Amino acid sequence: MESLTNRKVVVSDKPMTFMEKLYLPGILKGMLVTFRHILMRRKTIKYPEETREFAPIYRGMHVLKRDEQGRENCTACGLCAVACPAEAITMTSEERTNADKHLYREEKYASMYEINMLRCIFCGLCEEACPKEAIFLTDRLVPTQFERGEFIYGKDKLVEPVDHRIDITKRQFTGKRTTL
Amino acid sequence: MPNVLMMVKVTIDGIEVEVEAGTSILNAARKIGGDAVPPAMCYYSKLPGTGGKCRTCLVEVAAGSTADPRPMPKLVASCSTPVQDGMVVNNKTSERVHNNRGGVVEFLLANHPLDCPICDQAGECHLQDLGYEHGSAKTRYEEERRTFDPIDIGNKIKLHMNRCILCYRCVFVANQLTENRVHGVLHRGEHAEISTFIEQAVENDFSGNMIDVCPVGALTDRTFRFKSRVWFLKPMDAERSCSKCCGKAVVWMFGNEIYRVTARKDKYGEVEDIDGKTAWLCNDCRFEHKSAADWNIAGPRVISRNSVISQGKYATSIEKPVKRIG
Repeated sequence: MESLTNRKVVVSDKPMTFMEKLYLPGILKGMLVTFRHILMRRKTIKYPEETREFAPIYRGMHVLKRDEQGRENCTACGLCAVACPAEAITMTSEERTNADKHLYREEKYASMYEINMLRCIFCGLCEEACPKEAIFLTDRLVPTQFERGEFIYGKDKLVEPVDHRIDITKRQFTGKRTTL
Repeated sequence: MPNVLMMVKVTIDGIEVEVEAGTSILNAARKIGGDAVPPAMCYYSKLPGTGGKCRTCLVEVAAGSTADPRPMPKLVASCSTPVQDGMVVNNKTSERVHNNRGGVVEFLLANHPLDCPICDQAGECHLQDLGYEHGSAKTRYEEERRTFDPIDIGNKIKLHMNRCILCYRCVFVANQLTENRVHGVLHRGEHAEISTFIEQAVENDFSGNMIDVCPVGALTDRTFRFKSRVWFLKPMDAERSCSKCCGKAVVWMFGNEIYRVTARKDKYGEVEDIDGKTAWLCNDCRFEHKSAADWNIAGPRVISRNSVISQGKYATSIEKPVKRIG
């Protein structure tokens, strides 16, 4: 019967010719390929010492941004959680007191904000849904851990430190929203 | 024959319907249902006297009546215009209505703050729906939005005057449901605001219904303030025996906890009629009973699948909504 894919190869056991029996031409041909690769540019890098460049829109570990005055942008509106297809985000909100005005930008803030990095599929929909430009995915990787519980990232790991800001200016959704 | 009501025929968006004489165009359209129904921000069928303030229900009258088939020159407010025999009304089918409604929405949003991420009404806000359908993504308004100093009207109801669109529904609630009205609208024009007499707390058995009738987030439940977002909660039909009201409500649950209690609302966002009476809730049921043991929970409430409230609640994983009896 005619093959459907035409991918099968018929095995033949015809006897080797004189040239093939010599072996040497075959070995030389193979070595030529090997030596050609010595002259080529290397395709690998020495990983821990050297790292590859990330794309500006690489979707890695999340960051919760602060504004110029160091106040948290997140207002716990819940749009990231409702947009999340993996249901990785949970939060509880609280009303800001007058004493906390320098900590949170809006009247309401997230008292607890957790992302389960084991559930997260790094799709970036939370970043797209955020109306306050608070959550961004960054080019940082989520480090490996031994315990599952350590992958639940709270605000201590997500909110950027005031003195060590995370650059997100190259992200697709930076500066797209009016902040009122 | 005094008991026989005169019926008139009216055509809305090409669909003919027969209604009693004296019915408003809006109510005739609601009899048809679907896309023929104009939106309403201030009219509330359960509160006599409401309507005619927000202008979102404007419709085009292509023919006044059989006796006088001339079209009405301007768009009319469908909530306060009675139908006439042979009237032809265009709502969804009219480009003019659509454009005008977009203009009305722009006016309503001119002074409305863009604080939906904070607002507890987000997800069940009529202005949000309207803005989604008609509003533009950008504002043309360059002036500062009007702001008011916050007023404390008690520990149960939170008033955000900045969000108010002055529909007067809450004033009608206070007039018609409570014994002594203690709040109303002060000042005029741009300075008009809902307030109480010398910052008196609103304390009436039925004052909590102001929260349910408010189409925006101007009046919200203070006991639910910032607790959660409506789309994370599961609305359940529940009942309890109450001496003051019908005791039939919707409890919004998260796990086994009741986060808030609201009245049962129909598809127009109005409190439902149960056993021939509007099911207003008393403050006792609404604010004081937040334990699952207080309520007899019947089952999940039917929510439109287009609503954000039904988001994340997979139809297969939760119990099938039961059809309510009565």
